[in-house]
Amino acid sequence: MINIKNLYKSFNGKCVLNDISVTFETGKTNLIIGRSGSGKTVLLKSIVGLHEIDEGEIWYENTLFNKLEFTDKKKIRSEMGMLFQGSALFDSLTVEQNVRFPLDMFSDISIEEKNERVNFCLKRVDIVNSNNLYPSELSGGMKKRVAIARAISLNPKYLFCDEPNSGLDPITAIMIDALIKELTEEYSMTTIVNTHDMNSVMEIGEKIVFISDGEKCWEGSKNDVLNSDCESLNDFIFANSLAKKLRQTKK
Amino acid sequence: MIKFLTLFGQYFLMLKKVFSKPEKASIYYKQTLKEFVNLGLTSVGIITVISFFMGAVITLQTAYNTENPIYPKYLVGLGCRDSILLEFSSTIAALILAGKVGSSISSEIGTMRITEQIDALEIMGVNSASYLILPKLIATLFFNPILTLISIVIGIVGGWIAGSVTGVVPSEDFIYGIQYAFIPYYVVYALIKTVFFAFIITSVSAFEGYYVEGGSLEVGRASTKAVVYSSVLILLFNVILTQLLLS
Ligand SMILES: Nc1ncnc2c1ncn2[C@@H]1O[C@H](COP(=O)(O)OP(=O)(O)OP(=O)(O)O)[C@@H](O)[C@H]1O
Ligand SMILES: [Mg+2]
Repeated sequence: MINIKNLYKSFNGKCVLNDISVTFETGKTNLIIGRSGSGKTVLLKSIVGLHEIDEGEIWYENTLFNKLEFTDKKKIRSEMGMLFQGSALFDSLTVEQNVRFPLDMFSDISIEEKNERVNFCLKRVDIVNSNNLYPSELSGGMKKRVAIARAISLNPKYLFCDEPNSGLDPITAIMIDALIKELTEEYSMTTIVNTHDMNSVMEIGEKIVFISDGEKCWEGSKNDVLNSDCESLNDFIFANSLAKKLRQTKK
Repeated sequence: MIKFLTLFGQYFLMLKKVFSKPEKASIYYKQTLKEFVNLGLTSVGIITVISFFMGAVITLQTAYNTENPIYPKYLVGLGCRDSILLEFSSTIAALILAGKVGSSISSEIGTMRITEQIDALEIMGVNSASYLILPKLIATLFFNPILTLISIVIGIVGGWIAGSVTGVVPSEDFIYGIQYAFIPYYVVYALIKTVFFAFIITSVSAFEGYYVEGGSLEVGRASTKAVVYSSVLILLFNVILTQLLLS
């Protein structure tokens, strides 16, 4: 469980996150949704400690994460896996070496076990016969999937995904969503996913937090997301004309 | 002024992170070997070519500017040797390496920063500053002195060949000259300077790359800054070290 209390974050005096409090539960796929530029990435990076926050508390179970020293943070970080918006694979390493990297760095298992684990993770994201390619030789969707494989290679307790399916075709996107949900349940992880894709919201949104202009406007599950009375959320969900029409007739 | 002090502080904080205990020695060892090749071996070519021609030019210049029957010819060999030892192979070679190695370090690390690869390392719990910079630092601290030695030898050979081929300085005179009044300490002096310069090049360039914010434009700017700042610092430390080591 990850618990955020009264989080504030600004860049050069410009407030980007304003008093955010929210709880992300274990074993559930938690979604952060919002328009482009609303502060999703900044929120996610603040939660994992890549951004220094101005004020507030970030609790991982019973540990106050944002006040820890670097060495203590490392312990919790070894239990995190993160998928970045731009994949962030290491350019100088092959697919296989990318996925193996966390294992080499932090685990003491034998080479055979590492190989097995690497192949298992890659198979899990449906990447086969590409072990020796470099990131520059992969398509965008493949990069995302390799990045997921790298994020889960150490069996993390916390999984963070920043727009896992942006720029992917609908079928691959749904496949990745399903994969994230499956992994979350299987290993009972605490998963937080940033997205502005309505398909994923309806597919995997067990808990949804809607952010607009750095403020939390709404939270709930996919069952109530269509019937909220939050104006900006409705604008967000019923953005396309078809959806607008449907909503009008329903009214 | 305040901005300068902040930068200075940030630089030393980075160095502190770089020199903290590595996560896994075996991985650092492998990285260091890689950097020996990337930053060291690939510079042998350019250093060889430049040293050869500089040695040749220094010899010819010295010879033509001292064309006077009072000066014995062997003095040209001596002059060539000392110019190469004292300034060329340490300082000028360092400036060339600042251009080649410095820009490659800062653009590599800068690109990793803007594509979130450094964030990815941090998230895993890796000390990114140490993982990325320490191997480069070790590699250049060990390899640049080797480059300097290569440069000294090739430079003197270049001078000798130029002198003999053009007939300006006969071979025997040149060889006598490079042995005449030889002070071994000059080699030590050149190597000490090289080690300092290597540290400047690598740490300054890594610093510029590590704290890049923005996009590819900023990465380009950072690598320009890396070359300019390390060159200026090299020249500044050249004066300081010369005063300290030769006075
Ligand atoms: N390093 C930074 N320095 C200054 N401002 C920043 C920085 N990072 C983000 N911002 C600002 O914070 C706001 C939120 O950005 P953020 O990247 O979180 O958006 P987002 O919700 O992830 O959008 P998208 O869906 O397009 O990825 C933006 O207005 C952006 O300009
Ligand atoms: Mg984003």
